[in-house]
Amino acid sequence: MKPAPFEHQAPLTVEQAVSVLTEVGYDGKVLAGGQSLIPILNMRLASPGHLVDINRVAGLDTVEVTPDSVRVGALVRHAGLERSESAYAVLPLLRQALVNVAHPAIRNRGTTVGSIAHADAAGEMPAILALTDGVVEVAGPAGSREIAWSDFFLGALETSLAAEELAVAVRFGRFPDGTGTAFTEAARRHGDYAMAGVGVAVTLADGVVSAARASFVSVTDVPSVLDLAPALGGVEPGTSAWDSALDDAAEAVRGHVEPEGDIHASADYRRMLVTELTRRVLPQAADRAGASDD
Amino acid sequence: MTTQMFGAPIRRKEDPRLVTGGGRYLDDLGHDALAAAFVRSPHAHARIVDIDASEAIEVEGVVGIYVHEDLPGRVGEPLPLLIPHPTLTHGRTGYALAKDEVNHVGEPIVMVVATDRYIAEDACQRIRVTYDTLPVVVGIEAARSGELLVHDDVPDNVAAHMLQEVGDVDAAMAAAPHTLTLDLDIERSACMPMEGKGVYARWDRDRDELRMYSSTQTSTGVRAAVAAKLGLPLAKVECIAPDVGGGFGVKIVHPWPEEVLVPWAAILLGRPVKWAEDRREHFISAAHERGQLQQVTVGFDDEGHLLALDVKLWHDNGAYTPYGIIVPIITSTQLLGPYKPGTYRCEFWSLYTNTVLVTPYRGAGRPQGCFAMERTMDAIADELGLDRAEVRSRNFILPAEMPWDHGLLFQDGRPLKYDSGDFPASLAKLKQLVGWDDFADYRRQAEAEGRKVGLGIGCYVEGTGVGPYEGGHIQIETSGRVNVSTGLTSQGQGHETVFAQIVAQELGVRMEDVFVTTGDTRKMAYAVGTFASRAAVMSGSAIALAARNVRAKALRIAADALEVSPEDLEIVEGTVRVKGAPATSMSLGTVSVLSNPLRYAFDEAAQAATQFAGTFDPDKPPVADDEEPGLEGKDFYSPTQATFANGMHAAIVETDPVTAEIRILRYCVIHDCGTMINPMIVEGQVHGGVAQGVGGALYERMAYDESGQLLNASFMDFLMPYASEVPTIEADHLETPSPLNPLGIKGAGEAGCIPVSAVIASAIEDAEGFPITRMPISPYDLWELRRRHADGEIPSLHRLSRTSSKEPTA
Repeated sequence: MKPAPFEHQAPLTVEQAVSVLTEVGYDGKVLAGGQSLIPILNMRLASPGHLVDINRVAGLDTVEVTPDSVRVGALVRHAGLERSESAYAVLPLLRQALVNVAHPAIRNRGTTVGSIAHADAAGEMPAILALTDGVVEVAGPAGSREIAWSDFFLGALETSLAAEELAVAVRFGRFPDGTGTAFTEAARRHGDYAMAGVGVAVTLADGVVSAARASFVSVTDVPSVLDLAPALGGVEPGTSAWDSALDDAAEAVRGHVEPEGDIHASADYRRMLVTELTRRVLPQAADRAGASDD
Repeated sequence: MTTQMFGAPIRRKEDPRLVTGGGRYLDDLGHDALAAAFVRSPHAHARIVDIDASEAIEVEGVVGIYVHEDLPGRVGEPLPLLIPHPTLTHGRTGYALAKDEVNHVGEPIVMVVATDRYIAEDACQRIRVTYDTLPVVVGIEAARSGELLVHDDVPDNVAAHMLQEVGDVDAAMAAAPHTLTLDLDIERSACMPMEGKGVYARWDRDRDELRMYSSTQTSTGVRAAVAAKLGLPLAKVECIAPDVGGGFGVKIVHPWPEEVLVPWAAILLGRPVKWAEDRREHFISAAHERGQLQQVTVGFDDEGHLLALDVKLWHDNGAYTPYGIIVPIITSTQLLGPYKPGTYRCEFWSLYTNTVLVTPYRGAGRPQGCFAMERTMDAIADELGLDRAEVRSRNFILPAEMPWDHGLLFQDGRPLKYDSGDFPASLAKLKQLVGWDDFADYRRQAEAEGRKVGLGIGCYVEGTGVGPYEGGHIQIETSGRVNVSTGLTSQGQGHETVFAQIVAQELGVRMEDVFVTTGDTRKMAYAVGTFASRAAVMSGSAIALAARNVRAKALRIAADALEVSPEDLEIVEGTVRVKGAPATSMSLGTVSVLSNPLRYAFDEAAQAATQFAGTFDPDKPPVADDEEPGLEGKDFYSPTQATFANGMHAAIVETDPVTAEIRILRYCVIHDCGTMINPMIVEGQVHGGVAQGVGGALYERMAYDESGQLLNASFMDFLMPYASEVPTIEADHLETPSPLNPLGIKGAGEAGCIPVSAVIASAIEDAEGFPITRMPISPYDLWELRRRHADGEIPSLHRLSRTSSKEPTA
């Protein structure tokens, strides 16, 4: 389990990184935290000729809170974002999801942007980018561009990022006031890739649900958002109507997801699981929405 | 008085070194060595048509590329079958490098030696092997059907067929008021030590000597095997086990192909060569265990007493049988646990499959046997409406009935005869610890909260400390330093501590003056190895005997010098002194000086000893006829039979009513390994064992597809439990001494893992109300079982339909 030979490139600026990526094209892979890439190299599942190591690039390691987003640079480690109090204050969903990303040692090294660029449907943070209606900021030879999450994820491990482009940051969108969020997942072992996971955002206005959405981990081939307003809209949490609305929401989830079976669980089990997880997590989000909607 | 060392929960001497990165494992050695890497079969069953290494030779840094036909003489012959058995009529072993045919994914075909491992792997990738694939046998049912064969010359894939019977089972079964039949299934798992295997060899051209290091559980065995394979005099081969990062059984097998090939290449090339196994290699080319199908038919009376037990086992031994059929023999004998079966018959078939070979893994067949017996006990209790603990207790062998001879032959070919144990006392302690009699109330409370909980129990007896022998050597330097050596190896058990405790106690020296070496053939050429929970019993006893010899010699020499009788002397903290007159004394270091007539005054001890030099008798030789120079002693311990430890576990589990996720709420252990040398270390062993047992019960399986590919050959998909999956373990001990050895001890190494699958199955069954017959069990498996139960495919337990039950848990 040793990687095939590669050239280690260590650009110091975004411009240099883009220039190297432009030069090597599809023979290059960007190395940030390496928590997915290095095992892939060691198992020789991929043998890129060049590793473009961006760890020395200045200016990519900041978390910025803006009026409508939390902007996360490409070198921000999961642990850094998880512990960012300013990010938590405006978007607690980030921490709610990040504590489910593998284990602390992996979060200490792995980057949030890297996990989004890796585009594994079993990853938590691609789902969170979708749920927050986020954007990927990209630098390329022709300058910068932004890619909405819905245009970013194309397939399993496949994005619309071109070979010569570098994802320099993502912006997670902030929710309107009165929104509560929650995230849960079920894994075979604590910290494993989830058999199924779900993040939800519920917005209350005048005590009733005005907006609700969910996105999922491991049960869709690309991150996607399910609008739960048709099931929950206008309903007051905690009432008897709420219980049947939760049933409707669960049914909507059941119809939305397209899980695949593997050695750990069948597709049917995962569908049941994500449906149940959604039922359990929606009241949490509604409670939090209620707490902020006073 | 010297502080009591034996029996004290002393912290491990080796831990400061091991936990601060001071350990020296195989891959920490030989940084200047060439590296070996292997091309391994991607097919489960195939003929090798052609091997083209022409592109690989071009890779800069490649030193040698070897295939089977390059291997001379015995190096190219099949690897040895270590433990033959009369019923192993069709034993087969592989070659160091495959010859013509491969029988499992991962079998080595080509060895590349290069300047480093990266280059060696680059070259491996460029070697083109052409195969003719053959039909594949995967799984016990496919092997049992015999439609396709693993080895052309092994009919029906049967390596061994063995039957042992005590009493007339057929007659007793026919006469039994009740009978039940259970079909059971245990899947494969594996040892998975954190450190894989590894070999490092250097050849000394000037002295024609081979020095090799192996991450092994038996350095003496590896040494002898390599000397024989390579045609070297034994005196010219040294084998050292450095720090070893876990073994759990897989490293007792020897020689592994790499243990032959790496030294061979080192001699051929005249340069040091090293191979360190990576995780993927460990998954597909080391060894697995556990996989069995079982059928138990039991006859019993109205009170639940066993009258007849008729067991059939189909054991998956993988592609080869280098370690014989130890695992199914142990299952078939240790299955009986603490019970009297009435009459007993066990028949097993050990079957070839095109999968990684199967050799002992911690527990070594006992977890499977315990599963069969304990599932049977629960089934009897349910059939009769009796308390599950009560049924067990009615079948116990009682303390007054010890020693108890089952009339069977154990793994060592000697009678299966329990030496001691107090099963009723263990059960009483366990029921108290887990709150057995209060569980019904707890369940009612939980049910009121919408929770499903269950209580499970499992009992086992474990033969430990099998022979043939181990030795101990103790030598006291003039400084007072006590060097202790034993030949078996250490994989983290704490031998440096427990053996030092024995020596400190027996000799009367301080712990910090005792230094223990294990697994070094330069220090102790005769040894067997670390397996079968035998190190404390075997080497511990041998070291105690050696210490007693040294103590007697020390007292003899000191008595002579102090002009007192040896009986009047005692040794306290390294000083020999007159009882009641401690001022008349000398250090053991001084005694060591006196023990050697060649007495240059190099150190203070020698100078101090001159006052005792006295006069000598010119008619006697300086070393008496029946003496040897030096304050040292050696002894061997060789028991007539194994000593039998036992334990009883209980668990409370909760199953999610919707998602079927399984959580262990409590895990309780009563453990009896005789007199404990160090309770803290015993408890650590129990904890580690339970953790591995939890893995086997809820997480670990080898997911082979029908073509023989292992789908989960990484720690991402082979689910060893993390600390977060292992419950808090509540353990208590009973100490029923063994009458068989000088210290009264029994083995503890494997204990913890043995009953866990049985206990968890029992608890889940109790929570769910339908039989659990297959382990491990995942949430998905349980969810599927619920569906089949709801569809009427799986019956409910009887207790659910009973209005009044004697089972307090109902």
